[in-house]
Amino acid sequence: MLYRENGQFKASYAADQQIFPILQDRVAIGALLAIAFIVLPLFGSEYLFRAILIPFLILALAALGLNILVGYCGQISLGTGAFMAVGAYGAYNFLVRIDGMPLIAAMLLGGLSATVIGVLFGIPSLRIKGLYLAVATLAAQFFTDWAFLRISWFTNNSSSGSVSVAGLNVLGLPIESPVSKYLFCLVVVCVFALMAKNLTRSAIGRQWMAIRDMDVAAAVIGIRPMYAKLTAFAVSSFIVGVAGVLWAFIHLGAWEPAAFSIDRSFQLLFMVIIGGLGSIMGAFFGAAFIIVLPILLDQIPQLLGIPLSTATTSHLVHMIFGALIVFFLIVEPHGLAKLWSIGKQKLRLWPFPH
Amino acid sequence: MMMNDIANAAEASAAGGRRIGEVILDLQNISLRFGGVKALTDISFNVREHEIRSIIGPNGAGKSSMLNVINGVYHPQEGRILFHGQERKKMEPHMAATQGIARTFQNIALFKGMSVLDNIMTGRNLKMKSNLLQMALYWGAVQKEEIAHREKVEEIIDFLEIQSVRKTPVGQLPYGLQKRVELGRALAAEPTMLLLDEPMAGMNVEEKQDMCRFILDVNDQFGTTIVLIEHDMGVVMDISDRVVVLDYGKKIGDGAPDEVRNNEEVIRAYLGTSH
Repeated sequence: MLYRENGQFKASYAADQQIFPILQDRVAIGALLAIAFIVLPLFGSEYLFRAILIPFLILALAALGLNILVGYCGQISLGTGAFMAVGAYGAYNFLVRIDGMPLIAAMLLGGLSATVIGVLFGIPSLRIKGLYLAVATLAAQFFTDWAFLRISWFTNNSSSGSVSVAGLNVLGLPIESPVSKYLFCLVVVCVFALMAKNLTRSAIGRQWMAIRDMDVAAAVIGIRPMYAKLTAFAVSSFIVGVAGVLWAFIHLGAWEPAAFSIDRSFQLLFMVIIGGLGSIMGAFFGAAFIIVLPILLDQIPQLLGIPLSTATTSHLVHMIFGALIVFFLIVEPHGLAKLWSIGKQKLRLWPFPH
Repeated sequence: MMMNDIANAAEASAAGGRRIGEVILDLQNISLRFGGVKALTDISFNVREHEIRSIIGPNGAGKSSMLNVINGVYHPQEGRILFHGQERKKMEPHMAATQGIARTFQNIALFKGMSVLDNIMTGRNLKMKSNLLQMALYWGAVQKEEIAHREKVEEIIDFLEIQSVRKTPVGQLPYGLQKRVELGRALAAEPTMLLLDEPMAGMNVEEKQDMCRFILDVNDQFGTTIVLIEHDMGVVMDISDRVVVLDYGKKIGDGAPDEVRNNEEVIRAYLGTSH
């Protein structure tokens, strides 16, 4: 089946406003979900889940949250790691301090804790923009690093400063095996991706983009800049907070503040930029590029049977990975998602030039 | 609402003649300073309902500043602004929008990353009432609301004859079309008063004619009061009901196009004097 729009007429605005208005896209996404939900759990290896898919999904979720703030609303943030940490420690405290707290409730409460801190550190955005705002959100990073290291109440007075969770379950089903962890992350990511997409295609999404593109004009047509910016901070840090909970609870199991250092903030920002600002798909592309690509590159010499020492391989991976980042940014500064949509545009007409 | 307006307009034109009504915006002794620079000095004029009111003057005369005062982007240090008979205190731009004042900008201020459709839909943001959670679920009411507003937006798209570019990101459109989309975004709010800042700057003759037609149609069909800044004197003299002339932040003329055209001081400001 060729990728064609021909003959697919839309008779109603509802049909025109679908997330995937083209039939072939709907088939493709259906197939992708079927593979993710059915094929992979049946045939995937433990290594695949632990080292690749689970980190990919969780960081894609965090990138998705950050993309709402940076890509849709145009507010640069370097506090992503901090908001993840607030989510993780928030959920941890709800879990250990309240008996019988279900995992999903703890996760959502962790997200809400991150929302509160996110809105608080979003307040400077009402007065400052761009790089200056990035520096202001950096304060969140230093503040949470300090708070979770020094205030022992947050870590339930753990002597080592590291905390851990065990025996997680959802509605009585244990989340212990790699497959169950993977499926849990997958469901959460799908739900949040759908909700994020819905937000960005409705009125609030347009308000965010209006503030991003031209804030004076946005105010003149009746958008309240404070409301638009702070809701972007709230929604973004909620999703980032939930991703933090997953990262800590599901991926790490035991963690300390260093798991959410400034490196994490930068890594997520790079994912969003390389994946594509202002695109839900971009978050997934970015996460795949940053998480999965180095792992694949690492295995290429082995697969091809080229005898290279591990040290040489890891140096080569760094060099090739860096070169690829530069290459993709030159080819398409708007990220992989843009490249993807250009490709789809071309494919609609292929093999004709116009 | 828009259909009602059209019906009203039909009635009004059946009744015969223009329907210029009461003063709805009254500016009294407005002075605006930026530090030591006097942008506007002691300017008073008013705008009547349904009329086309032009503001003209040489570059730097304070025309755009005047519009910015009207819709709350700038706050004058002195003077009173009465809108619908109520004195306006210090206000934010989005409050002017809720009172029914829309505007376009001299340098196009569209949302460049968004499609034509989304730009105009954004113009209707004040009329959309769903909350965040409903929007996240995109269920029932939200979808109905989106579709209802989409229908209104499509009316505007038809009116401005931009159907073929509705899904194009506005950054990729030619200049003349961008100006048209900006007018569409302002119209989407169904304003009672429309401020147009040089809607015809940089256009060729055909584009100017199109734009004139749209402005006159808006005024005629929807009864929208229009405050217009324009440099093309032919256009201004043809379509305005009354003209106010600014020079160096002072008002030097006010009245019907013919009066202004023959005003000594206005001629001096535009053509200079022989010494």
